[in-house]
Amino acid sequence: MSRVSPLSQASLSLSRARYSLGPWARIVALAVCALLTLGPVIWTVSTSLRTPAQSFDLPPKIIPTHPTTEAYRGVFDQIDVWLLALNSTLVTALIAVGQMVTAGLAGYAFARLEFRFKKPLFGLVLATMMVPLQVTIVPVFLVLKSMGLTDTLLGLIVPAFPTAFGTFLMRQYFLGMPKDLGEAAMLDGAGPWRIFRSVYAPLAAPGLAIVGVLAFNYHWNEFFRPLILETSGQNYTLPLGLVSLQGNLGTGSISVVLAGVVLSMLPAVAVFVVGQRPLREGITSAGVNR
Amino acid sequence: MTNTQTVSPARPLTRPVAAPRPSRRDRGTRLLATLFLAPTVVGIVVFTVVPIVGSVVLSLFHWNVIDSPSFAGTANYREVFTDSTVRVSFLNTLVFMVFAVAAQLLIALSLALTLNGRMPTWLRSVFRSAFFFPLVLSAASISVVMKYLFNQDFGVVNWLIGLVGISPVPWLTSEHAALATVIIVYVWQQFGFSFLLFIGGLNNIPKEVHEAASLDGATGLRKHLHVTLPLLSPTLLVATVVGVINALQVFEQPYVLTNGGPGDSTRTVVMVIYETAFEQLRFGEASAVGVLLFVLIMAVTALQFRLSRRFVHYQ
Repeated sequence: MSRVSPLSQASLSLSRARYSLGPWARIVALAVCALLTLGPVIWTVSTSLRTPAQSFDLPPKIIPTHPTTEAYRGVFDQIDVWLLALNSTLVTALIAVGQMVTAGLAGYAFARLEFRFKKPLFGLVLATMMVPLQVTIVPVFLVLKSMGLTDTLLGLIVPAFPTAFGTFLMRQYFLGMPKDLGEAAMLDGAGPWRIFRSVYAPLAAPGLAIVGVLAFNYHWNEFFRPLILETSGQNYTLPLGLVSLQGNLGTGSISVVLAGVVLSMLPAVAVFVVGQRPLREGITSAGVNR
Repeated sequence: MTNTQTVSPARPLTRPVAAPRPSRRDRGTRLLATLFLAPTVVGIVVFTVVPIVGSVVLSLFHWNVIDSPSFAGTANYREVFTDSTVRVSFLNTLVFMVFAVAAQLLIALSLALTLNGRMPTWLRSVFRSAFFFPLVLSAASISVVMKYLFNQDFGVVNWLIGLVGISPVPWLTSEHAALATVIIVYVWQQFGFSFLLFIGGLNNIPKEVHEAASLDGATGLRKHLHVTLPLLSPTLLVATVVGVINALQVFEQPYVLTNGGPGDSTRTVVMVIYETAFEQLRFGEASAVGVLLFVLIMAVTALQFRLSRRFVHYQ
C-alpha cells in the first residue's frame, strides 16, 4: 500500500491540535471493538482444536499448544453430521433458487408488465413484508399439516419460496433498467416473453445474486421453523442438530460441540467472503434482515 | 438504483409510438403477467394472508388438534390477559426491546461515525467486515457458544472480569442477570445490522456538507450532533423501526441460553407462543398471544413513524 496520506493529511488539517492524536486513538478503539466482536468466534475455533479434557482450561489459549482434531472426530461420532449438512444444504439451496425464480418473475411483472389489479396486488405483497413469521406460525403449521408436509424437508422449503422482500427488491432492480431496451425490441417484433428472456433477464443477475445470498444466509441459519416443523432427527438441519447435541452432552465436552459449530459456520463464512457485496447491499437496501 | 436516465427531454417523442398496440400483444402480456405472478401471489396468500386471518379466527376457539375446535369467544384473550406467564413475557419482551435496540443503535452509530474518519481504505474494510461478521452466523449456534462463555464456573467471561478483580457473576442462572445476558448476546450479533445501515447513510451525506461545517468551525461531537445526525435521521428511523420489529420477535437467544428461566425471567412472547402451541397444544391461546404480539408490533411501529415527524429531516 502506497497510501501514506490519510494520517499525514489529518495532522496538516486546520484543527491540528484536536486531531494530532485522533486517527491513532480511533484506530486503536476500533481494533479493540473488532477484537471483542470476533473474540467469541476465535475462541470457538481455537477451543474446537483442543481435546475435550483441555477445553475447560483457563486462561483460554488462543493458539492451542497441541492442536488436535479429536473433537471433530467426536462430533462425527455423536451426530450424523453428513445427514444434517445434507438436509441444511438441500433446504437452503432449494429455497435460494426458488426465491430467485419467484422474486425474479414477480418483480419483472410488477416493474415492466401492464395488467389489471397491479397496484392492489403489489400493495398486498408489500403489506405481507410487515407480517412476522412468528405471528402466523400456528396457522402455517396447520396448513402444512393438512398438506401432510409437517416433519418433511418439503414443508420447510415450499412456504419459503414466495418472498415479499425479494419481489420488492427485484421490482426496483428491473425499474432501474432503461425502458428503451424493451421498446426497441418490441419495435423489432419481439413479444413480451422474448423481451423478458432476451433483453431484461440477462441483466438481472446482480439483483438475483442479492436475493440468493440473503436467502442462503437466512435459511442456513434458520432455527424457529425447523424446530417446530421437524420432529424426527432424520429431518434435522444443522442448527437444530447442534442445539440438541449441546442438550445431550451438557457441558461435558465443549470442544466437540464447538467443532460442530465451526463445521456449520463454514458455508456461511464462505458466502460472507465470496458474496459480501451482495450481502451488504441486500441488508442495507431495504433494511430488512429477515 | 440509478434513475439518472429515466427522464430526458427527447424521450416523449418516442413514447406515443409504443402506445397503441394490437390486442394480441396485450393478451400475451396479461398471460405472462399471470404466470409470472402466480407462484408469489398464491404462495403469499396460502402462507401469509390465510394464516393471518386464521390466527384471528383460531384465537376465538379452543383447540388442541385432537378434539374438534369449540367456540370460545373472547375467553382466550381474557385467559391470556390474566395469565401471569404471558404478562411477564410481554414485560420481558418490552424491556428487552428497549435496552437491546438502544444498545444496538448506540454501538452501531459510534462505530460507524468512528469508522467514517480518516484511515486507510483497506483498514476500513477490515473493520467493516469484522463488525458485520456475527450477522452471518446462526443465532442458535452462537447462543450455544455463548452459553459456554457465560458459564458461571468455567466461562471465559467470568475469568476475564476476574482479572480486574470482579467476582464471578451468575450470568445465566440469576433472575437479575439473565435478561441482561440475553440482551448482550443479542446485541453482539445484531449491532452489525444497524452498523451497515449507518455506514450506508453516512456515505449518502455529501462531502461538501462536512467540509462546510468544518470551515464554519464545527468539530468532533458538535459537528456530529448538529450536522451529521440530522442528515442521518432518516437512516436512524429505519434502523430503529426494523430493530424494534426484530427485537419484539426475539426467540433463539433466550430459548438456547436460558430456556426462559430462571423462573420466567427471560421468557419472551415468541417463546410463550411456541410453548403454548407446540408443547401444550393450546392452539387457540397461542393464536391469541400471536395476535396480541402483532397488534403490539403494529402499534409500536405506527407510534415511531408518528414521533419521527418531529425528529426526522429529509433533505
